[in-house]
Amino acid sequence: MGEVGLSAYLMVGAVLFVCGVVCMATKRNGIGVLMGVELVLNGANVNFVAFSRYTSLGLDGQTTALFVIVLAAAEAAVALAIALNFYNNHLTIDVDRGNELQG
Amino acid sequence: MIEQLLFYVFAILTCGGAIAVVATQNVVRMAFWLVVSLGSVAALFFLLHADFLGAAQLLIYVGGTVVLLVFGVMLTASGPYTTIKTSPAEGIIGAAVGVMLLMVLVSSIGNVDWIAISGRLPSSPESPSAADATRKAHAEESLVNSGSTKALSEFNANQQQGRTVRQLGLSFLGLRPDRNLKEGGANGLAPGYFLPFEIVSVHLLVVLIGAAYLARAKRRAVSEDRVSLD
Repeated sequence: MGEVGLSAYLMVGAVLFVCGVVCMATKRNGIGVLMGVELVLNGANVNFVAFSRYTSLGLDGQTTALFVIVLAAAEAAVALAIALNFYNNHLTIDVDRGNELQG
Repeated sequence: MIEQLLFYVFAILTCGGAIAVVATQNVVRMAFWLVVSLGSVAALFFLLHADFLGAAQLLIYVGGTVVLLVFGVMLTASGPYTTIKTSPAEGIIGAAVGVMLLMVLVSSIGNVDWIAISGRLPSSPESPSAADATRKAHAEESLVNSGSTKALSEFNANQQQGRTVRQLGLSFLGLRPDRNLKEGGANGLAPGYFLPFEIVSVHLLVVLIGAAYLARAKRRAVSEDRVSLD
């Protein structure tokens, strides 16, 4: 086993990002789309902290990752309120049925 | 050795959990695999010497956000559309696009020499070799600055061992004890995070009010009908 370097953590972040994007694109459940967003933000966070550890950025990466965590929590709260409103109006959470704004 | 072993265990758990989130159709099981993946990311943060960030990840994500999502599942999973399945063709297309995107990312990660790139970053007194050299020069040439230099080296040693709580708190107050401004930063400004911290706090207040406004129960018409019936 070689030394664990920056590239290994970046690979983990890339896998998280791709899984989040595929989750956002293919899930028809609104809550599943939200989980995809969480995965994407976590992939970005892994990259931030890995760069903070292995380069001379120091504390900046960790601070940015902390801001990302806080913003992700806020985003989940608002998106969940929107999903509940959507469910109250449509009696389903299927995002394919939210096509009222279609031109 | 044990660190490498832990890294591989938690990296496999993280990636496997994320892939299981994508592959599972049941929303509750997706939430469980999301907990596995996010908890393993917190363990990776601990391995990266970011102790406060790992704790915050466990507290906010695993303890807060995922519980919020599970409550959303509970509140929306009733009715005629309990299981919403993706059609197989869409799943195959999504998997193919995802694999291609992953290959692009992995090849670009493998092709970049990150050590050489990080040498081209803006001059930071925290890079180990330069910081050590300048610190020794400072200690030799002047005993006046020895106090601050000692504090700086102490802070750097703390960060090497992963004790980042005090530094993060001070940086949110606009102080950066891990940077010595006398060694010539970008332009002598303190790179603190006081203003973003205040913006985020106001943002959280706005989100609190907005989420409560959006998710409030709209039962006024029903209650008026009941009043008229009474």
